[in-house]
Amino acid sequence: MNEKFARIIQDGLWDNNVVFAQMLALCPLLAVTSSATNGLGMGLATTAVLVLSNTIVSSVRHLISPEVRIPVYIVLIATLVTLVDMSLNAWAHELYKVLGLFIALIVVNCAILGRAESFASKNNVLDAALDGLMMGLGFTFALVLIGGVREILGSGTLFANAHLLLGPAFAFLETTLVSDYKGFLLMILPPGGFMAVGLLLAAKRVFDQRREARATTAPVAETSI
Amino acid sequence: MKLEQLRTKLGYQGLLLGGAALLTSAALSFASRATEADIRAAEEADLKQSLAQVLPGKYDNELLKDTVELAETGGVVTAYRARRAGKVEAVVYRVIGYGYAGAITCVMGVSREGKILGVRVIKHAETPGLGDKIEPAKSDWIHGFDNKSLTEPAPARWAVKKDGGDFDQFAGATITPRAVVKAVKGGLDLFERQKSQLLDESPTPGAQP
Repeated sequence: MNEKFARIIQDGLWDNNVVFAQMLALCPLLAVTSSATNGLGMGLATTAVLVLSNTIVSSVRHLISPEVRIPVYIVLIATLVTLVDMSLNAWAHELYKVLGLFIALIVVNCAILGRAESFASKNNVLDAALDGLMMGLGFTFALVLIGGVREILGSGTLFANAHLLLGPAFAFLETTLVSDYKGFLLMILPPGGFMAVGLLLAAKRVFDQRREARATTAPVAETSI
Repeated sequence: MKLEQLRTKLGYQGLLLGGAALLTSAALSFASRATEADIRAAEEADLKQSLAQVLPGKYDNELLKDTVELAETGGVVTAYRARRAGKVEAVVYRVIGYGYAGAITCVMGVSREGKILGVRVIKHAETPGLGDKIEPAKSDWIHGFDNKSLTEPAPARWAVKKDGGDFDQFAGATITPRAVVKAVKGGLDLFERQKSQLLDESPTPGAQP
């Protein structure tokens, strides 16, 4: 049982990461990762929707005919996103002013439909909720990483305006790495997003290959000693 | 399994789709009713806040309820009037400029003498890092309009420096400041044209204390 949970956690965070392994959700990714703070906001909002949608899809999975599952999932997810959007707008308006843009973008996030289809519809509610949480956190990690790279190269800061998203207590996160930086516009614009994603993807591949190579050669090396 | 057989029937699938649509729309309409009032209140507070930024000083009327509708060629402009003891001291309205990436919506406050009290950009899609210096958080350029009027500087100098005017452009972005300057100038022209209606002091329903 514990092994299964560990598998889900590792899949979500690294091995089957939404961005770095599944290459999903690139549209909202390129749009919002011009800064690390934006990436964090989008990631957290997506995580909340992923947990909810996975839980609901998993709990009604026996009722749904395979033939009509896609429209049912889409209707469910679109409703969820709209509900989150409306309640944030009404009861957490300050947060909504920062996240509002991202919430509408979650509807075009194919990762959510992807998890409903490939995981939540085949597993029990607890596993599905955990998968949603881990996939969401993995996505958040990827967004913050890409946003951070673009922000450092593009404007010389990190986590600028974090206090708008997380409250004044988190103002300490805001750092200016290069003072009087003139800015490198290319990294802020969408092409910079593609470059950052591409380079990070290559880095992950190299890292995974090295790890695999070490794992396969290590026992041999041990026996030779 | 009875459910397994049922799931393959066309009627069940139709009912399932209909049921899902019905349930979700019910949830949405319920949520929409539950949040409607709070959303409107929050949006009003937002508007009030952006109006207050371009209206320094104290006013004793309910700004959001004291409005005039001005018929302009591009449509109707809603102006909010700030009064002290019944006298209209300043008016606030929205002006729109067209920059590099579409509309730039600004609010501007103008005193009864025709002087600018303040200008704020409330919505734009200009290039981050270049055109977004029109936001007060990024640069104090927008404060350069304070205390300007149609006579100060002269109408011909209401342009960016590159075009022979008085206002700075930004390095790498001329279209954005040019659009804002043009929109603010247009706002002052509107004030001149509609002065009588804007400063009309007959009480509006629900506005007077």
